[in-house]
Amino acid sequence: MVSGNSASSSSLSMKSDEDIVNNNNNLRVLVVDDSPMIRKLHDMYLKKFGLKVQVAENGKQAVDLFHFGASFDLILMDKEMPIMDGEEATKELRTMGVTSMIVGVTSLDSPNEKQAFMEAGLDYFFTKPLTTDNISFILQELNKKNNKN
Amino acid sequence: MNIVNQLQRQFLDYSTSLHREGFVDEQFTQLQKLQDENSPDFVVEVVSLFFEDCEKLINNMASALEQTQGVDFKQVDASVHQLKGSSSSIGAMRVRNACIAFRSFCEAQNRDGCLRCLQQVTHEYSLLKNKLQTLFRLEQQIIAAGGSIPGAD
Repeated sequence: MVSGNSASSSSLSMKSDEDIVNNNNNLRVLVVDDSPMIRKLHDMYLKKFGLKVQVAENGKQAVDLFHFGASFDLILMDKEMPIMDGEEATKELRTMGVTSMIVGVTSLDSPNEKQAFMEAGLDYFFTKPLTTDNISFILQELNKKNNKN
Repeated sequence: MNIVNQLQRQFLDYSTSLHREGFVDEQFTQLQKLQDENSPDFVVEVVSLFFEDCEKLINNMASALEQTQGVDFKQVDASVHQLKGSSSSIGAMRVRNACIAFRSFCEAQNRDGCLRCLQQVTHEYSLLKNKLQTLFRLEQQIIAAGGSIPGAD
């Protein structure tokens, strides 16, 4: 499991934009964050990559979506949320047998808290704010994972 | 120089000054690059949500620090931490830096220090709000004059 940090962002190159969008057309992403601002921001970043995005305001909404039969290739999970936080939601999803890639995106400072969040079942962890480089990395890993299955 | 060129020049100079004076950083530029013809008001919408966040969190901090029975510094810190995260996400550098200083006073459980930091955070937020509202007004003037925003694809 790898943890990332905020890398300097680079714009998508004009040549590869269309290819990137076409490759990602079938990937579904769930953004779980209690901040409307962060949901809007991540939604926009992800749509630039051609991804289909749904949002949830807290961990319980995310878990409920899976209970009702929804499926996603990628979940971007915030840590600090009301009702059910990201750590608890991640544990719950893994207990349910959810194998989607789960990426923690948070502004946690404490290494212990980061460790605990990773151990809940994250595949990767990034510090806010998410950048286009982070998303490129995540999508590369997701495509590798999908090609293996 | 016609009116559109003048306004565009003003916009670029103002934008540069915001970066130079540390109000915004590269993250804000990334936000501007995300805006396109399908979402022409994206930056204004995100910034508006950020301002709503700021006001709510600043009020929370103020309430928590006013408690005469004893200040819950964890509660104050939680709000400061959230504001630090939001301000990082949109590139509001000076607000973010004010939050970093604030957190150390929360950790030290220093009420007077926290109150000074709250003043500083509130001040930085007000300044940023004015600056960005001016920037957005310049954008509107350029568009009204039939021009395009410099740097927009």
